[in-house]
Amino acid sequence: MSKHKTARPAPSLAAAPADAAQILSANQTIATTEQTLHDKTTFGFWVYLMTDCVLFAALFATFAVLRNNTFGGPSGRELFDMPFVLAETLILLTSSFTCGLAMLAAHRQNKRLVLALFGITFLLGIAFLTLELTEFTHLVHEGNSWQRSGFLSAFFTLVGTHGAHITAGLLWMLVLLPRVWKRGVTYMTMRRLTLLSLFWHFLDIIWIFIFTIVYLMGVTS
Amino acid sequence: MKKTRLTLAAPHGTPTSYITGFVMAVVLTIAAYFTVTRHAFPPTTIVTIIVGLAIAQLLVQLLFFLHMGQESKPRWNLVAFLFMLLVLLIVVVGSLWIMGNLNYNMTQGTPKQINQSITHDEGIQ
Amino acid sequence: MSLLGKLTLHAIPHDPITLGGALAMVFGALAVIALLTYFKRWKWLWREWLTTVDPKKIGVMYILTALIMLLRGVGDAVMMRTQQATSVGAAHGILDANHFQQVFTAHGSIMIFFVAMGLMFGLINLIVPLQIGARDVAFPFLNATSFWLYIAGALLMNLSLVIGEMGATGWLAYPPLSELAYSPGVGVDYWIWSLQIAGVGSLLSGVNFFVTILKMRAPGMTLMKMPMFVWSVLNAMVLVIFAFPILTATLGMLFLDRSLGMHFFTSTFGGNPMMYVNLIWAWGHPEVYILILPAFGVFSEVVSAFSHKRLFGYKSMVIALAAITFLSFTVWLHHFFTMGAGADVNAFFGIMTMAIAIPTGVKIFNWIFTMYRGRVEFKTPMLWFLGFVVTFTIGGAAGVLMAVPPADFQLHNSLFLVAHFHTMIIGGVVFGYFAGITYWFPKIFGFRLNERLGKYAFWCWLVGFCLAFVPLYILGLMGATRRLDHYDPSMGWQGLFIVAAVGVGVICLGIAFQLLQFGVSIWKRHENLDVTGDPWDGRTLEWSTTSPPPEYNFAVIPAASERDAFWDTKQKRAHGGEPTPVYKDIVVPKNTPIGLLIAGSSFLAGFGFIWHIVWLAPLGILGVLACIVVRLADDDTEYTIPAEELKQLELSRKQPA
Repeated sequence: MSKHKTARPAPSLAAAPADAAQILSANQTIATTEQTLHDKTTFGFWVYLMTDCVLFAALFATFAVLRNNTFGGPSGRELFDMPFVLAETLILLTSSFTCGLAMLAAHRQNKRLVLALFGITFLLGIAFLTLELTEFTHLVHEGNSWQRSGFLSAFFTLVGTHGAHITAGLLWMLVLLPRVWKRGVTYMTMRRLTLLSLFWHFLDIIWIFIFTIVYLMGVTS
Repeated sequence: MKKTRLTLAAPHGTPTSYITGFVMAVVLTIAAYFTVTRHAFPPTTIVTIIVGLAIAQLLVQLLFFLHMGQESKPRWNLVAFLFMLLVLLIVVVGSLWIMGNLNYNMTQGTPKQINQSITHDEGIQ
Repeated sequence: MSLLGKLTLHAIPHDPITLGGALAMVFGALAVIALLTYFKRWKWLWREWLTTVDPKKIGVMYILTALIMLLRGVGDAVMMRTQQATSVGAAHGILDANHFQQVFTAHGSIMIFFVAMGLMFGLINLIVPLQIGARDVAFPFLNATSFWLYIAGALLMNLSLVIGEMGATGWLAYPPLSELAYSPGVGVDYWIWSLQIAGVGSLLSGVNFFVTILKMRAPGMTLMKMPMFVWSVLNAMVLVIFAFPILTATLGMLFLDRSLGMHFFTSTFGGNPMMYVNLIWAWGHPEVYILILPAFGVFSEVVSAFSHKRLFGYKSMVIALAAITFLSFTVWLHHFFTMGAGADVNAFFGIMTMAIAIPTGVKIFNWIFTMYRGRVEFKTPMLWFLGFVVTFTIGGAAGVLMAVPPADFQLHNSLFLVAHFHTMIIGGVVFGYFAGITYWFPKIFGFRLNERLGKYAFWCWLVGFCLAFVPLYILGLMGATRRLDHYDPSMGWQGLFIVAAVGVGVICLGIAFQLLQFGVSIWKRHENLDVTGDPWDGRTLEWSTTSPPPEYNFAVIPAASERDAFWDTKQKRAHGGEPTPVYKDIVVPKNTPIGLLIAGSSFLAGFGFIWHIVWLAPLGILGVLACIVVRLADDDTEYTIPAEELKQLELSRKQPA
């Protein structure tokens, strides 16, 4: 037996003078309460994502200012492996797509499909991270670490912060998906899946700009 | 355990809309990639094109994946996003303007070189 | 690498003043622990305070902590004034240069982050849910976590006095001085992590109250019917949401420079220290508006209540707040006019800076117009407002003067600047939050504060402030730079510095009166009970509850169809009854220790990062993650108060004492 939230206020049938509180409580059903909670939580998470955008804005601004500060070392043109980056980009984009499909399944309360699609999303995310870590390791081994120049510090930090967010998203999947498996798609798991999908889509949007501003512009003279 | 039927009003697309969005995003990505790797245009043009493509993909993903603007009124999500965009532009563009300006006034070079470059740029006789 | 990283016994201070301060703090903490043990109050503390998610209790804790931090900050101020009054010529005062620098760094950081932000979030927690007719904030658990993160930050900042050192860089720690090459010790790292942790707390609170105000207002309370305090908080939270991430990013980058050898802001290897100054002020300017806007909101409530008249120009006040909020993102360069930007950049930001004074002026006129033809009562909160009008206007004028770049080239980093911003912060923020505390105290605690002592405190603060800062305006115009630990007698400055030192003494007298006021009021509370819940004949919803309000604020969510909703209710009551309340089951969040544990883990992680204790930092982070996972797995986070029990509770509350 699952422990779910303690009883919601029962609708009242008392005939009393109409005032706002009564009208509201008369309509209070589980669905309405859950709807309110869903709206409030998703909005709050959206606002948090907006703050994360500003964090990335500061990192982007710093990267832009330091983009040419290579201190005699290599610039993007010498360092970036473009086909590799394209692969990363398409993998992450696909994972955002599968995540979206997973949410469609969630709205239809199709637990198995949700888990399958999020499973694919997770694997694509792992692939993305693996590629990114490979790129980083390669750079470090060649002597082009974050200690080499302002440009490289900014590069590793901007791209690395995005990677850290991806990692957090993957950990979140590892925590949430077993719950979905156990409980199915309930109001609570639906709410959390919604937040996770918002997070995952947001990360792909940030990547569009990393791809464009760091990599594409980096190799354009 | 009886499964509760969820009744939630939340914007969520359709399989078609997700596929449409995905295909458009892939096309935009590949277009940007080849614009750069084929060196088909002068650098400034390339930059303009890829920024345009990035903004286009942003809109595609916002609409098709994040369902922006499809929520019921009042559209606080949209308002929050627009204000964030404003702050982002102020911070990024502002920083570039300020730091560029500082570099102009504090470039490396002998005082004579700085003086010459400023008099030339400002058109001072 | 040692098991404890850089931490050794050498970290304990040995010079008399630092050691004295450290011992005072440690003994203070031990005394509190001893008292709790003697009176057997640990369980009570845990149950009622450490695990609470009630914003009213959290608000009280914020304000209590902020006032304690005020004592520390004023202590630093006393040391600085003493130093600058005595360190002339052959004499070198009470502090050496390094310690003087640590003192002014600690002073500024503590006052801004732990006093001003603490008072602000304290009042917001106490009052906003009540004023919008809500039972709680949008995310009660997150709210508690935010508070404990603030405490963790404050603890780290104060710990630097006991183990290690404080940064000697000023409250904003500009590189290259704050980089490893020039600040190799732990001071800057303490500063970074204290602010980083507290900053996350602030950011989460920003999100929380933004959502609360937008989504949890009582039915009928449209945005244009909200109390002005709530409007001011909404705007301040917008600023928090969009400015604090810049601080997080910038402090993060400075830490990466110091710990991983990166080159964001170093003077070589392609770093650009000016970018730090740019980013930190892109946060820093909105920050000062974050501090002042809720204070403006308090004044709107206080002026209206004590003029017994509704606020003049509600709509223009809303527009002014919005204008200030937007403009505060467009002025930040005025903090570094002298850093070398060209005339075009300086001119733009100078003009925007002057522009932002306009909506502020609108607000001041509206408050004055509210008083006009009102029945003004000069109670203590009103006195704080009047003190604010006089001081803030003068300080604001000084600010507009410095908004002119050529003038700023003379005045930047002089004592004129120091006087200006202290006028804004003391005259505006501190006076405002003192007005709020004295105004809302009866609501929260159920008894009034002693009026006479409140008035004495106010006059001491006002006179002390003038004595302490008018000389600084003059000194600034005479060419005195800020942050000087010693100067030559031929400058002719000493006399004015002595006057300023006397001023700080008078402020300390004011604080003594405030402490006395609290003591006497608590001692005599039974003679000054607020039995009606409405001691000032208020206009807004918080006055419709009992004093103190029940944990759930409102048994029945009030209907709020007009501005000044409670005033409207009172008029309706006078003209013939109100409907009998109909009680429903209500759901209340349960207490939880997780917020405290998250903050504790963050504290340990910060300590680990600061002292390079390689195992402690990741352990702390893991602790935070573990707490989050545990919390997410908890299905039992609320309990229900059934309607019948609620009705009994309400009836027994309303019995005469």
